Amino acid sequence: MASDRIFGLIILFVALAYIASATQIQSSFLADPVGPRAFPILIGAVCILSSLVLIFRPDPDPEWPKRATFWALLISIIVLVAYAYALKPLGFIVPTAFAAGIMSYQISPNLRTAMLAGTGLSTGLFVIFKFILGLGLIAFPKELFG
Amino acid sequence: MDIIQNLSLGFSIALSPYTLMLAIAGCFIGTIIGSLPGLGPSNGVAILIPITFTLGLDATSALVLMTSVYYGAMYGGRISSILLNIPGDEPALMTTLDGYPMAKAGRAGDALVLSGVASFVGAFLATVGLILLAPLLARVAYLFGPAEYFALYLLAFCTLGGMSSNNQAKSAIASCIGLGIAMIGVDNNSGMPRLTGGSLHMMDGVDFLVAIVGLFAIAEVFFFIEGRGKNSSIGIKLDKVTIPWKDINATKWTMLRSSFVGFFAGILPGAGASLGSFLAYMTEKSIAGPKGGFGTGVPKGIAAPEAGNNAAAGGALVPMLTLGVPGSGTTAVLLALLMTLNITPGPTLFADRPEVVWGLIASLLIANVVLLLMNVPMVRIFVKVLMVPPRILLPGVTMVSFVGIYSLSGSYFDLLLMVGFGALGYILRKLDIPTVPVILGILLGGNMENALRRAMVLSDGDASFLFSSPIAIGLWIAAILGFVAPMFLRSVLQKPQRVSD
Repeated sequence: MASDRIFGLIILFVALAYIASATQIQSSFLADPVGPRAFPILIGAVCILSSLVLIFRPDPDPEWPKRATFWALLISIIVLVAYAYALKPLGFIVPTAFAAGIMSYQISPNLRTAMLAGTGLSTGLFVIFKFILGLGLIAFPKELFG
Repeated sequence: MDIIQNLSLGFSIALSPYTLMLAIAGCFIGTIIGSLPGLGPSNGVAILIPITFTLGLDATSALVLMTSVYYGAMYGGRISSILLNIPGDEPALMTTLDGYPMAKAGRAGDALVLSGVASFVGAFLATVGLILLAPLLARVAYLFGPAEYFALYLLAFCTLGGMSSNNQAKSAIASCIGLGIAMIGVDNNSGMPRLTGGSLHMMDGVDFLVAIVGLFAIAEVFFFIEGRGKNSSIGIKLDKVTIPWKDINATKWTMLRSSFVGFFAGILPGAGASLGSFLAYMTEKSIAGPKGGFGTGVPKGIAAPEAGNNAAAGGALVPMLTLGVPGSGTTAVLLALLMTLNITPGPTLFADRPEVVWGLIASLLIANVVLLLMNVPMVRIFVKVLMVPPRILLPGVTMVSFVGIYSLSGSYFDLLLMVGFGALGYILRKLDIPTVPVILGILLGGNMENALRRAMVLSDGDASFLFSSPIAIGLWIAAILGFVAPMFLRSVLQKPQRVSD
């Protein structure tokens, strides 16, 4: 019950903000009868209607993860965000080994297999992508190896 | 005899050694992807699109490769359903109902071969149906103007929403999220930026591949982390693999009927393979009656959903190729592939680029034969794939997704967006909100708005133009019915639950 209500409220506010920013869209001299604002506003309106339905007639709650699992999910998201930032400046191999290892540890907490999975995946995938598929990946930061 | 001429054109392309090699490679990769628990046709094809694109294959080759993967994943999905009781994706759910009990009764090999044959029959008949029906529908599609297209897109959202969720409001929200995201970026008509929040990263809009990989693949990884790999139960041992001629013979009418049902379920815009396998199973169950023993591991209970599921996969290609409206999550992903390759699906595709269409159809036929040959004698190899533990598989999937998206644009921003979509997909699926309408919205949003605006330009702003032709009116009625009817049919269409041990 509560989950659907909260989600409905969030959607309601997002949709209102969406409509508000849609009204700010500038039209140009190339005018057509509908214009650039109408369709986004229409979408926002449908969304508001549906979110009201969700708020007033919510479904039963899903089973949310326990606190430990929730932390595991949060750690994974943080790791993936860090990985996204690290991929370009630090090359492929080192960030991938860390990210894959930590992800593996989140799925089954065993330090040795996680480390093996991390190093194995990063080198294995690098070989496949670089030498078999010919994608332009950089193994290590350029500054280190000129 | 256009068809024969076209087919020979198609085969002349598909049988070239290079294309043939791509088809076989695609089938092999696809079956592996399908049999990996947690990876189905949609997320499997999704993570491969960016990589295929970066490889720089030409349109026909890329299309042949990816549709082989698609068909292969449809075949492969049955392996984890039967041996592990874990459906690789939603359509394979129905196969677990009888496949797993049959495997538990010591007939795992028979179940695998029988389902392979049923998959072949379903996919083959659907491809024949595609050959016969698609050119006809392409001719009808010439009658479609902007008003009709607008109604058609609406129909796709309504039926997809109606079928894929238990709550119409939730599927409407999902469609709106997708459509809303599609609006971001520079407006095609006026050239003005819309809803970018002033961010330069958003000027080009949100790349649909980023959204697809995030919502399908990354969200799946989050689900596995939540489950902590507890689904990695050791399944059933496979001993001898023989061909169960008796069962195949006994189920031949079941396969035919189910292919028929599945194909037409697949054609419905937005309905897709899940509905195909579900309807096929339910039809056969009611024909067999309570004495049929459905749910206890009978051959018919395996043949029906597998034939239906694969026939629906073929049927879903009909609206996708002729109208540009995908019939399921996976065909939405294939539509994304076409759009990435700069191929516009629709009636003009058949007239302007026959080599793409018929090359694709011919390679579907070839892929299907290859898959049958691959899946019966080599099923042991694919069973080995099931042994890959999730703690290696899921990080691998994540890294492949990252590399794919990264090699598309080389920007960290797309990677962040992808993670964001992954988190969004996790929350949506937790709340029982379907993610396929989001994808469909991002893919079709621009076209839908353009159709509306062009219609209004033609009619000079008169909204009644949207209902001015019989085709448009028919589509509007179908859309409303497709959205409203499932509310009343919900008790009839109640999906059976998974068999538990």
